[in-house]
Amino acid sequence: MSRYIATRAIRGANALVNEAEAMLARALDEKGPDTPVAFPNTAYYLPVIYGMTGREIEKLGELPEVLTQARNLLHPTPSQRHWTPYLGETLDSGMATLLTAETIEAIRYVYGMQPELLPGFELAGGTAFTSPDMNDAEGESANGHLNGAIDDIQLRSWGIQLVDGRMPGFAAIVGCAKSNEAAVQIVRELQRRNILCFLSGNINGRSIIHQLDEEGVELGYDTYTVPFGTDTLSAIYALGFATRSALTFGGLKGGQAREILTYNKDRVFAFVLALGEVDDLKYAAAAGAINFGFPVVADTVIPQILPTGVTTYEHVVSLPWNEIEGADDVEKAERLVQKCIEVRGVKVQVADVPVPVPYGSAFEGEVVRKADMRVEFGGRGSRCFEYLKMAKLDDLTDGKIEVVGPDFSEVDDQGTMDMGIVIEVAGRQMEQDFEPVLERQIHYFVNGASGIQHIGQRDIAWIRISSKAADAGFNLEDFGKILHARFHSDFGAIVDKVQVTIHTEPGQVEERLREARETYDFRNKRLEDLTDDAVDEFYSCTLCQSFAPNHVCIVSPERLGLCGAYNWLDCKASFNINPTGPNQPIKLGRKVDTDQGYWEGTNDYAKVGSHGVVEEVAMYSIMENPMTACGCFECIVMLIPEANGVMVVSREDTSMTPAGMTFSTLAGMAGGGIQTPGVMGVGKFYLISPKFISADGGFKRVVWMSSILKDTMAEELKAVAERAGDTELIDRIADERSVTTVEELLPWMEENNHPALTMDPIF
Amino acid sequence: MAEEEIRIPRKKRRSPEEASVDPAAQEMLAFADLRGIGTAFSRADAMAPCNIGSAGMCCDLCGMGPCRLTKDGMTGICGATIDTIQSRNFIRAVAAGSAAHSDHGRDMAFTLKAVANGEAEGYTIRDIAKLRTVAAKYDIPIEDRSPEDIANDLADLYIDQFGQQRGTLAPVLRAPEKRKKIWNELGVTPRGVDREVVEALHRTHMGDDQEPAHILHHAVRTSLADGWGGSMIATDISDILFGTPAPVLGEANLGVLKDDMVNVVVHGHEPTLSQMVVAASQDPEIIAYAKAAGAEGINLSGICCTANEILMRQGIPAAGNFLQQELAILTGAVEAMVVDVQCIMQALVTLADEFHTKIITTSPKVRIKDATHIEFDEHNALSIAKNILKEAIDNYENRGEIRIPDYKNSLIPGFSHEYINYMLGGSYRASFRPLNDAIMAGRIRGVAAIVGCTNPRIQHDSHHTTITEELLKQDVLVVETGCSAIASAKMGFLLGDAGLDRVGPGLREVCETVGIPPVLHMGSCVDNTRILTVLTQMVEEGGLGDDINEVPAVGLAPEWMSEKALSIATYCVASGAYVMMGGSNPVEGRGDKIPDSVLVADYFDSGWEELYGGKLQFLDDPEEMIRRTLDHIDAKREALGLPGYDPTQFGKSGDARLEEIEGLPLEERQAALYGRVPAS
Repeated sequence: MSRYIATRAIRGANALVNEAEAMLARALDEKGPDTPVAFPNTAYYLPVIYGMTGREIEKLGELPEVLTQARNLLHPTPSQRHWTPYLGETLDSGMATLLTAETIEAIRYVYGMQPELLPGFELAGGTAFTSPDMNDAEGESANGHLNGAIDDIQLRSWGIQLVDGRMPGFAAIVGCAKSNEAAVQIVRELQRRNILCFLSGNINGRSIIHQLDEEGVELGYDTYTVPFGTDTLSAIYALGFATRSALTFGGLKGGQAREILTYNKDRVFAFVLALGEVDDLKYAAAAGAINFGFPVVADTVIPQILPTGVTTYEHVVSLPWNEIEGADDVEKAERLVQKCIEVRGVKVQVADVPVPVPYGSAFEGEVVRKADMRVEFGGRGSRCFEYLKMAKLDDLTDGKIEVVGPDFSEVDDQGTMDMGIVIEVAGRQMEQDFEPVLERQIHYFVNGASGIQHIGQRDIAWIRISSKAADAGFNLEDFGKILHARFHSDFGAIVDKVQVTIHTEPGQVEERLREARETYDFRNKRLEDLTDDAVDEFYSCTLCQSFAPNHVCIVSPERLGLCGAYNWLDCKASFNINPTGPNQPIKLGRKVDTDQGYWEGTNDYAKVGSHGVVEEVAMYSIMENPMTACGCFECIVMLIPEANGVMVVSREDTSMTPAGMTFSTLAGMAGGGIQTPGVMGVGKFYLISPKFISADGGFKRVVWMSSILKDTMAEELKAVAERAGDTELIDRIADERSVTTVEELLPWMEENNHPALTMDPIF
Repeated sequence: MAEEEIRIPRKKRRSPEEASVDPAAQEMLAFADLRGIGTAFSRADAMAPCNIGSAGMCCDLCGMGPCRLTKDGMTGICGATIDTIQSRNFIRAVAAGSAAHSDHGRDMAFTLKAVANGEAEGYTIRDIAKLRTVAAKYDIPIEDRSPEDIANDLADLYIDQFGQQRGTLAPVLRAPEKRKKIWNELGVTPRGVDREVVEALHRTHMGDDQEPAHILHHAVRTSLADGWGGSMIATDISDILFGTPAPVLGEANLGVLKDDMVNVVVHGHEPTLSQMVVAASQDPEIIAYAKAAGAEGINLSGICCTANEILMRQGIPAAGNFLQQELAILTGAVEAMVVDVQCIMQALVTLADEFHTKIITTSPKVRIKDATHIEFDEHNALSIAKNILKEAIDNYENRGEIRIPDYKNSLIPGFSHEYINYMLGGSYRASFRPLNDAIMAGRIRGVAAIVGCTNPRIQHDSHHTTITEELLKQDVLVVETGCSAIASAKMGFLLGDAGLDRVGPGLREVCETVGIPPVLHMGSCVDNTRILTVLTQMVEEGGLGDDINEVPAVGLAPEWMSEKALSIATYCVASGAYVMMGGSNPVEGRGDKIPDSVLVADYFDSGWEELYGGKLQFLDDPEEMIRRTLDHIDAKREALGLPGYDPTQFGKSGDARLEEIEGLPLEERQAALYGRVPAS
């Protein structure tokens, strides 16, 4: 600290606790102590309070004890002269501020004042792989208010990106930028580096949220730019997110405050960016953030705290906007963001993609609505496909991009046209098996361009270019530039040359599509042949160990990683790209028990990889030594003893399950690298594998399943049913629309004649 | 320069300015000169030290001597060589020092036992958290147990350490692993406190241990029984009974005496009585009694380490350090000086005769001829404390002319290792990481522990303050205890304000970040174990090596005089520290005439360094101590692979710019903070 900051932070903390006590007294009076308090869709209660104190707050009447604890952390402000030390005292007051801020937000939720209302505001919703128009249908709830607290679903769905480093961390931006242009540029710079932006606070009533909204920047989960609220207190949601990262991925429990805080310091690369003048409350909140190891960077003159220790690098850095060297706001924003990254020590890789629109993973989830669209390829009105194949090194000219056929200038606004993207790659380390691995990257690469939306893959690809992107000069050739740049930057170890051909001439599209389809079929066949028995090595995946230090995935051809993002081929490719990286081959060695799925090699690896925490892993069982999970699993499979089977809950399902818990609560049991028989986090495509809990009876054990899985995986599940010899099988499985308790489940199974009823006892 | 002054018998007495750098002391010395009253200063001027004894060349261990070995090849009557004689003298001093600290620890343990049994009037267990932490280190069960039960077990364990015959002293387990291994391999791990002291005395009886290295080997073990035994026990229990210190505002120097109050000065080393005197002085009955005597109340202050004990915990002012005990009486304003153990000059009684001051001895172990004795007993502590105060109050009416020097300085003491841990990260992130980081980055060049006495043969406080002042400018963080800390307090070094303008740029950043003074007052001389604990925690935090000897740190006792200082120096060396002692050198010898007379001094240096990684040197010149401190710190930095010291990199933290801006008119201030804000 500095005495200046300590004085203000401690003063701010004292004022806030006083305010909160009055507010809570009023709420207790008006609403009563039994009134429930909760943030939406989280299993972690009020997460900062839960993490720091272990208190599971569910009612208003439980909040006074939190404020008592906060008050006990307060200190008097340092004297003008002959002061006693203030660093520890300020950090404690900062913690008091956090506990109090969360208390206040919880009370505001009770009063319906959170999420904060902002008439006319639209959150960017929707997810990739669904129709871009879906949003409009359910858009009601996303309009007219800011985001408020982040829910567990979103935390988990960002999980894999956070753990594998694609999303290096988050910036808690508080206040209001010097100008709208500055605001946009700062956020763009952060997005370009795939850093999550959490927005809150204001200066004299104006928030960066207003600034970005005015400039038409899309705000919401999908753009990595989440508007919490226009006051400083809503910044608490950033720390709730941080706390839950430690609980979710770090296997930590509520009340392990020190562990949670050091977990964040060591593993969550976050920082606070204070825009505009810093008042007492902001200093107080910043002191709280420093407890997490998150440094503070301000664009105004504030005292710097450069010695290190509580944070990894400098604690507080001042980089006054006026003093930043730079010709314009763009350059200044870049320098400011660069400084933030330096101070937090965030590892960022930026591929320089030469296209006329902003580029970065933050734009991956961006939605282009029909009204904002210049042109689309695929979907209902046209054909679109993408196809990547390897070629001989000599046959390719690296960087050659050819557009065969007309561009979209002749197409009407919001019109549609055919397109086929054919990519040829060559490299000494390239193997045919890597073709589909690389091809699946097209989705992420193309989506990274702002104003471009990519959905689907292969011959069901569907791409939109927004009017804004088209106006900025984005053309078909730019697809080629993106792909060329990204394949080189991300797969340089196996790819030496990349050549892209964009076909728009309908005849050509037709012809190339036929060729591509032949290959798709070939690959499908190859995947079918690629079984666990056909290979002699699996792969480890320790990507998540940066977050869940004792968790280890073993990825086999028939069991992909629980995050859904890494299958066996991906791991193989990854190993080729980085032989000392997170994916290492596991020689299977002697078979120990192929029914349960034990090999000498996998057992040995489980011990080493988990640092001795896990002794053995059964690849095919949930009942005996199941594989552990970090926290970014797509589904949870859990034993329902009464039903002699298991249920499968999707992470997108927020409803109650027959286990009496929602996904969020269950996730606490499944994550953190802990082996719990009967509970397992998995990737959803493991459900359709013949090896899905095959030791326990296989897919027929599934007695309940989130309907979203049934809907989104209808085709695949149909095939599973056929394989099981019961075409009605999926319909026999209950879901949340029909059954939410065990009591309801058993009669449903009787009624629908579920096979698990007659199977051997599962344990 | 000091060397010459000591060696050459003085023709004339030093002027007050030559005798002390402290203006309050100077004022009192001038008064003493005027009145022709003798003090330790004038007696030192009048009497040159025995030049044979001071060089360690005299043996008086048996009735055949004393033997004075003044020529090359001479031995004692028994044939003892000069290095044997020096080693024997040295270990005896260490044994006495170790005994003094440890006996203090023993009394603390008995007090804890009495408190646990509810038999100690007025005492309670103040720091239950520390009790539990300490007990847990020894696997004493703490869950679901009352503090008294835990304290009972801990007291038993600690009492046992004194009489233990075999095995390892319990607190030793708190040392770094690597250090313990060294001690075990060398066979110096202390077994029992009393056993080591007794053995030291046995070995030095006529006709026993006569191999210098072997004698000094046991000197190490005897000192470790102090540092990682008796002293550590004393500190632990003081904290448990009276509270672990945390920063508090206090004052130091003779100016803390009050002209309209009954001045009671506590002097010595133990907190048991002084804490009760503090409590009694706030008793309404006593205050009323004082008022009835015509005083405004009781003004309590301390001298020496008793001062430090109550200063660290309650902010009770320190009237001065060791050499100021007589000077306090010279003010004529002290009604009673209440003394317990250690460093109490017999001269007090004679001096007090010139004034109205009563010297009250309290320890069953310490009586002084013609002093008033009111024996202290922890079972009736509060009643006895009140009686003592009443004695002082009754004496108020006898007060004559007074002359309280108008010098005092504020200070912030209270840096226990527990608080240091807290201050660097608060309740949730407490750790030594920021301190280690600061050293590793080079903001803090290294750490110097400046401790120990004051000595009338050296200009009072001058070495302490010269060294402290310069090391701070060189970005060396200074920790202090005992009389050294009071010397710095009087110079204003123990204030956060000093961290802004009296230090190098890197240290300033750290001081401003944490809000600390650049000199941390860690307690009394028995609390030097806190420094051991801090060093251990720094090692455990990581980045500064695996053992204490790798940390860029030194220990200095620039004006030492007591045998306790030699014990402290030895256990610090054995713990891996480079220790420099200023002034007298008990093993100095006469290298020019008798080559063998410097063997022991050399052994302290290179011999011990080889064994323990620490070494002991006796030096006269503070400038030389500064130079060697910095050289040592820089060498240790280099050995750790840390960047070389470069102050130009640092100093960009802090409030300075804001303070300038704060002075501007509103609009300009806003503009200065953020540039002109465009109209929105």
